[in-house]
Amino acid sequence: MEDSQIYEYLPVLMLGALAVMFSFGILVGSVLLGKKGKRTPIKDTPYECGMLPVGEGTTRMSVKFYLVAMLFILFDIEVVFLYPWAAVYREMLRTDPGLILGAMVSFLAILFVGYIYALKKGAFDWH
Amino acid sequence: MTSQFILFSLLKVLCVFSVLMFIVGNAVWVERKVSAFIQDRRGPNRVGPFGLFQLIADAIKGFLKEDFTPGHVRKAYYWLAPAIVMVPSLLTVAIIPFGSLLGSQKMVIADLNVGILYTFGIVSLAVYGIVLAGYAARSKYPFLGSIRSSAQMISYEIAMGMSVVPLFLIACDPKGIRDLGNGWREAWQTFLAGTSSLNLSRLVAWQADHCWLIIYAPLSFGIFLAAMFAETNRLPFDLPESEQELAGGYNVEYSSMKFMLFFMGEYASMTVSAALLTTLFLGGWTLPIPGLDRPASTIPLGLLQIAVFLAKMLIVEFIIIWVRWMWPRFRYDQLMALGWRRFIPLALANILITAVALWIKPGH
Repeated sequence: MEDSQIYEYLPVLMLGALAVMFSFGILVGSVLLGKKGKRTPIKDTPYECGMLPVGEGTTRMSVKFYLVAMLFILFDIEVVFLYPWAAVYREMLRTDPGLILGAMVSFLAILFVGYIYALKKGAFDWH
Repeated sequence: MTSQFILFSLLKVLCVFSVLMFIVGNAVWVERKVSAFIQDRRGPNRVGPFGLFQLIADAIKGFLKEDFTPGHVRKAYYWLAPAIVMVPSLLTVAIIPFGSLLGSQKMVIADLNVGILYTFGIVSLAVYGIVLAGYAARSKYPFLGSIRSSAQMISYEIAMGMSVVPLFLIACDPKGIRDLGNGWREAWQTFLAGTSSLNLSRLVAWQADHCWLIIYAPLSFGIFLAAMFAETNRLPFDLPESEQELAGGYNVEYSSMKFMLFFMGEYASMTVSAALLTTLFLGGWTLPIPGLDRPASTIPLGLLQIAVFLAKMLIVEFIIIWVRWMWPRFRYDQLMALGWRRFIPLALANILITAVALWIKPGH
């Protein structure tokens, strides 16, 4: 049984190899076939709708984006925990209905408190 | 057995890849024709009948254009980014069951038992390509586009992941397939042998046995659909591109086929999302018609089921294209508010309600 599941990943690797070859094939093909143009200083400037670029290319960004990334990690891990629970839920309902529901309700409740906290702190406000 | 397995896998990989690429190419044509129709224009009509060869013309043009790497970019990432956008969207297709059986071969590239978790794992990787594209460009518009895009994609990924949980709550049924006579249960049991609960084929089996999951979990469907638009960066959530403000967003500094790779990546991920939606909510390759509602016993039936799957998928894809030309774009704060303040609590409530409903009334 274990063997058969490991074999199942072989086609995934094949597809991955094909996808990588395809992408890099296109990149290389584009270099080989593409027109060779002259390099001019104007061509090398960052594109800003034809205007001369102002200031640095990498601007500073709002700290909000980091906050979103952190919240994402929290909630995404929560989602991963939900899947095994969902997979055994109906089976456990026959033997231990109170436990399987109670366990997840308490888990979700704790996370929901965290969610409310983030909400009240204004983590989801964009100005 | 092993060499046969490798041969058939290779064959399936090649077939799926070429069909996917064909759909991707022609989706561009359909998109242009549909938008033209909606905006009362003609659309592409010069190359071949109805402009059908536009795809080939575009490819030739893409290859022959100057492949320019501006001097101000971070070279390695600049080259890597288009490939990283393309690869994950192609990889996701591996676990989608696009048909039942052709002879003794299961019509899925890899029948993984982790199923849906694999999908979400791979879909997350697509963010890297866009972030790298923006970071590598060292230019303001791409940078803003990519930073917006990453925040948007990871926000909606949570809602997407949560919206799928109720499906497994409902469909991971210990009773298994019902006995509807006429070899129904046997056909399914041999088909599902060796799979476990998070496998997507099981979800299809359950839907054939009961009813499409869109009926049982309409709220999940709504959230998944909206999150799908956000994940593939399509209107009404195409903030990373927003051509009016950012002039195209993260791919501004790209030219020739490198730009085309981003484009193809977007359409590939759109196609794969449509396939995933079909599998999760619309019954996959089954139709509630005798013969089509169980694994195929003959090759014509098997082919017919693949056609059913493709038809459903293309309808979903057409709707995605249609929506793009009918809806205005969300404002950024509205987009984030919708994701974090509406969809996540709603998806959580959806999970709880489904769980409690099953707790009160366990059997169907």
